[in-house]
Amino acid sequence: MPISANVFKCAAIAVAVSAVLSFETTAQAQKPGEIEISYQDKKFTPVEVSIPANTAVTFRVKNLSAKAMEFESKPLKIEKVIAAKSEAIINVRPQKAGEYKFVDEFNEDVAIGKVIVK
Amino acid sequence: MLAALIIVFREVFEAGLIIGIVLAVTRTVPGRNRWIGGGLVAGIAGACIVAMFAGGLSHLFAGMGQEVFNAAILSIAVVMLTWHNVWMARHGRELAGDMRAMGQAVAEGSKSLLALAVVVAVAVLREGSEVVLFLYGVLASGGDSAWSVTLGGLAGLALGAVVCALTYLGLLRIPMRALFGTTTVLIALLAAGMAAQAVAFLMQANWLTALDTVAWDSGWLLSDSSFVGRALHTLVGYTDQPTVMQLAVYLAVLAVTFVLMRIFSLPDSSAARA
Repeated sequence: MPISANVFKCAAIAVAVSAVLSFETTAQAQKPGEIEISYQDKKFTPVEVSIPANTAVTFRVKNLSAKAMEFESKPLKIEKVIAAKSEAIINVRPQKAGEYKFVDEFNEDVAIGKVIVK
Repeated sequence: MLAALIIVFREVFEAGLIIGIVLAVTRTVPGRNRWIGGGLVAGIAGACIVAMFAGGLSHLFAGMGQEVFNAAILSIAVVMLTWHNVWMARHGRELAGDMRAMGQAVAEGSKSLLALAVVVAVAVLREGSEVVLFLYGVLASGGDSAWSVTLGGLAGLALGAVVCALTYLGLLRIPMRALFGTTTVLIALLAAGMAAQAVAFLMQANWLTALDTVAWDSGWLLSDSSFVGRALHTLVGYTDQPTVMQLAVYLAVLAVTFVLMRIFSLPDSSAARA
């Protein structure tokens, strides 16, 4: 009886630990709803991002340039400073179909991209 | 150079408006320059520190450090502004009234000045850190354009100071008696607007997802990226697509300010003064 209880306990701990570990790994690895955008030389790649309507997604924005930038989208209600050679996670709330502009606020006349929601 | 001017001016514009209002609000309080100046210096120092650690800050709270930080310092400013209004409801008459009563109010007055100095520091820190990052990026990359960009940046800063001076001088034209009423309303709206902005940051961080439907879209009438829209955004928290939660928090802050001012004001202060 004590042995089986122990086994049960160990199994429970193992499940708990693996759950935590898998949570950790999913937190770090790219999630299904995550879209990567990189930024260099005042250009976004990809410059157009398509996402489904009424669905929350995340952008992982990699600023590859040697300067800080500010990822900004008024219509998507996003403004986030991204340090040089750094990346940031940006949450995009569920959106209606349409086109939404985003820019690097520090170079907003040239560094422009758009999100197409459909 | 012009681009740099516009970017820097846009950032310091908000801080300029807020400092102008704070200067007008405190114009009868002795020693206010020291406090406001202190807030300004603390804000600039804070902006440099935030800019320096911008990368590290972002990685806190599962990548949402920046949003949480912005929401937190905005909340501090909201509390300070509301506290100031409540304090003024009780002591404002003493300051506006005869000079003898002011002596007693000086010690108390410095508490209110501390609150407003914190507001100035927060305003400068928020906008300033972006200016620092922008200018640092330009200077670090060097090149021929660096100096013209710096010059543009400095011109932008100077224009921000002009906004501050115009706000201050504009408010001073209001007669003393009406000034208290005007600034009370201005500060209450400023606080409500900042609270709504804090909500936007928490929504961006996915910390607050309730009531996130857009209440209305008045972008066709006045875009909040236009000049007037930006000014109203700072002054009264105008947003062309507010969410229901933003609206609720905005109204709640106004209601709480009103109720607290009622509770803490001295009903017979005019009798007590006579």
